[in-house]
Amino acid sequence: MSALILLLGVSFIVSVGFLIVCISAIKNGQYEDDYTPSVRILFEDKPMPKQPLQQQSDNSTNEHK
Amino acid sequence: MQLEKFQYDNKIVRQFANATVFWGIIGMSVGLLAALQLVIPNLNFGIAYTTFGRIRPIHTNAVIFAFVGNAIFMGVYYSLQRLCKARMFSDTLSKLHFWGWQIIILAAAITLSMGYTTGKEYAELEWPIDIAITLIWVIFGINFFGTIIKRRERHIYVAIWFYISTLVTIAVLHIVNSFEIPVGILKSYSWYAGVQDALVQWWYGHNAVAFFLTTPYLGLMYYFLPKAANRPIYSYRLSIVHFWSLIFLYIWAGPHHLLYTALPDWAQSLGVVFSVMLIAPSWGGMLNGLLTLRGAWDKVREEPVLKFMVVALTAYGMATFEGPLLSLKNVNTISHYTDWTVAHVHVGALGWNGFLSFGVLYWLWPRLFQTQLYSKRLANIHFWIGTFGILFYVVPLYFAGFTQSLMWKEFTEEGTLRYPNFIETVQQIIPMYALRSFGGILYLSGVVLMTYNLAITAKSGVFLENEDAEAAALTPILHETGETWHRMLERKPVKMMIISLIVILIGGIIEMVPTFLIKSNIPSISNVKPYSPLELQGRDIYLREGCYNCHSQMVRPFRDEVVRYGDYSKAGEYVYDHPFQWGSKRTGPDLQRVGGKYPDSWHYNHMLEPVSMSPGSIMPTYSWLFDNQLDTSTTEAKIRAMQILGVPYPEGYDKIANNDLRKQAEQITTSLKKDGIKDAISDTEIIALIAYLQRLGTDIKVENKQVTITKQNTTK
Repeated sequence: MSALILLLGVSFIVSVGFLIVCISAIKNGQYEDDYTPSVRILFEDKPMPKQPLQQQSDNSTNEHK
Repeated sequence: MQLEKFQYDNKIVRQFANATVFWGIIGMSVGLLAALQLVIPNLNFGIAYTTFGRIRPIHTNAVIFAFVGNAIFMGVYYSLQRLCKARMFSDTLSKLHFWGWQIIILAAAITLSMGYTTGKEYAELEWPIDIAITLIWVIFGINFFGTIIKRRERHIYVAIWFYISTLVTIAVLHIVNSFEIPVGILKSYSWYAGVQDALVQWWYGHNAVAFFLTTPYLGLMYYFLPKAANRPIYSYRLSIVHFWSLIFLYIWAGPHHLLYTALPDWAQSLGVVFSVMLIAPSWGGMLNGLLTLRGAWDKVREEPVLKFMVVALTAYGMATFEGPLLSLKNVNTISHYTDWTVAHVHVGALGWNGFLSFGVLYWLWPRLFQTQLYSKRLANIHFWIGTFGILFYVVPLYFAGFTQSLMWKEFTEEGTLRYPNFIETVQQIIPMYALRSFGGILYLSGVVLMTYNLAITAKSGVFLENEDAEAAALTPILHETGETWHRMLERKPVKMMIISLIVILIGGIIEMVPTFLIKSNIPSISNVKPYSPLELQGRDIYLREGCYNCHSQMVRPFRDEVVRYGDYSKAGEYVYDHPFQWGSKRTGPDLQRVGGKYPDSWHYNHMLEPVSMSPGSIMPTYSWLFDNQLDTSTTEAKIRAMQILGVPYPEGYDKIANNDLRKQAEQITTSLKKDGIKDAISDTEIIALIAYLQRLGTDIKVENKQVTITKQNTTK
């Protein structure tokens, strides 16, 4: 049984630790920019000059077909 | 800012995509065969290589490590390059990774059908293949982190975190669970025994689900769903929170596979608590995915790619809600050992993994070949027959699971079992097995349809082997003040990897170390003795034929199980079981107390023709055991290996073990001949198997007698 108490104690401490870290992270402005990365991935890195304009917009036109 | 020109490697993506489809069809076909074998036992074909006990591990390994594995690599190799704005670190490593993985799969298929297995579910591959997996995984790791290091985008997108946790954790799990001592080129014994082996195995098994079937797929979802819907993920913040909480919680939940078994109670409770908590991060992921489509549901109506992804996420949500419920002890009482578990995993496998893979494939393929998908209509048809396939697969099995369990547990008013004959409970659910196979046929036909669709698409397009891209090089970091720890971490993949490793290990260590160290966890039973050499050889035949795929060796402490099988199992009974053979489902009855229950001749006839002893049985025949001569040349090595693992055979016993083996074989043959079986031959494999079966669970019966004797003595 001592092992169980030990385990509960440890997991309690760990979870409280995580809670503290989480709250302090929010307070420190950790998630200030929680938007840009999600939009950034939507852009392709196709070389600008090589490609004619038509092909560049391939993606968006595909979606609507 | 200077723009750098580079090219994305699409060839490796196409290779993994091809492998995904190829192994998907094979793995699912083998699964269909296994499903049909339960309805039509003749489909075992009466030969060793195609019996259910060998077919099922091939199915599970093929769909998990070949189908899902290749799909993960396909998605990772495509998305990682684009998220890092860099080509893969090394084309050679990519190639090595691809071909190495395919050779491993091939080796797995061959060795498993030949009966080379460690006997641990989902970790059946023998030690040389285990080593190969480790090497290829390291190659993948170098290639993966190499790419991250040379990336041109400072921020590490959430999908990559998921990949990192997969890479690290799978490596840890695989190594810890694969500790085994080789006794031949393709034979080994698990380092752990009994309860400890069970704990390690299900810690592995559960986390394989977590870090092979879940986290990499969440990563894929976080990349491909926004791409397919052309809109950002609903909440990037939620993705951060849900990632950390998921990897921390998952690692603790393993013991929920062993509720009411001989595993120490505290470990069971720990598993339950963490399983219930897992609902939160799991649903966080599901909701984040589904809510991404808010305001875009019109797209879902038209785009098969999104349809697949929506059903995948829904299936993920259902499976991760059901999982915690199944881990509650009172639910587990009913569900465990039944086909409910099989239904549960297939919601995840067919719905989440399968459908997300198909969605990614349909999205990816036209882009690789610079064309349009050949037929959206076919993709839609695939979607619908796939969805119905899942329903036809899962719903009958839920009924089957309930039916089985209720029949097992039902008592008459007089207090005896209503269905004392196990075979009645099997017969009852065979129609459900048939429906399930029909679901499997539907699902598989959908995949065939997809293959055709993708093949025509590829023909109509031109493959873009190297995709041109350009991005600015990374500028050196200016140390911003007030930067938060997570942001800093996001830019440092190595630190990030180490921290996730630590987070994961905390769970594992706290869970396992006490079990290993605290002796009181395993009450030692003085009467439990090591297996005799013949029994040991018989046990290896039991492993080879995959008996654990249908038979458990763990009587739980319930009235019905004790009445049906005998005294409930004690942890101390398994101390010499390398590996443990508790099993996970009862397509056939539990065998823990089968020793001494029937005469030797019953087993002899039963293995030769199961229906002769048990009419209506769906067990395959094992006729080759009666022709194969028992290989006694391995006895010495096996005894020595066991001695190294701490099994107390007397010193030098390995040299004389075969004498004992022959003596015991003679005894069994004599008893068989006495029962009228004239053609029993003492050096065949069947004799060893009978010896093992007759030994099962008998040690403790002796103890009970002694306990009563000593009690009588003390009262006198």
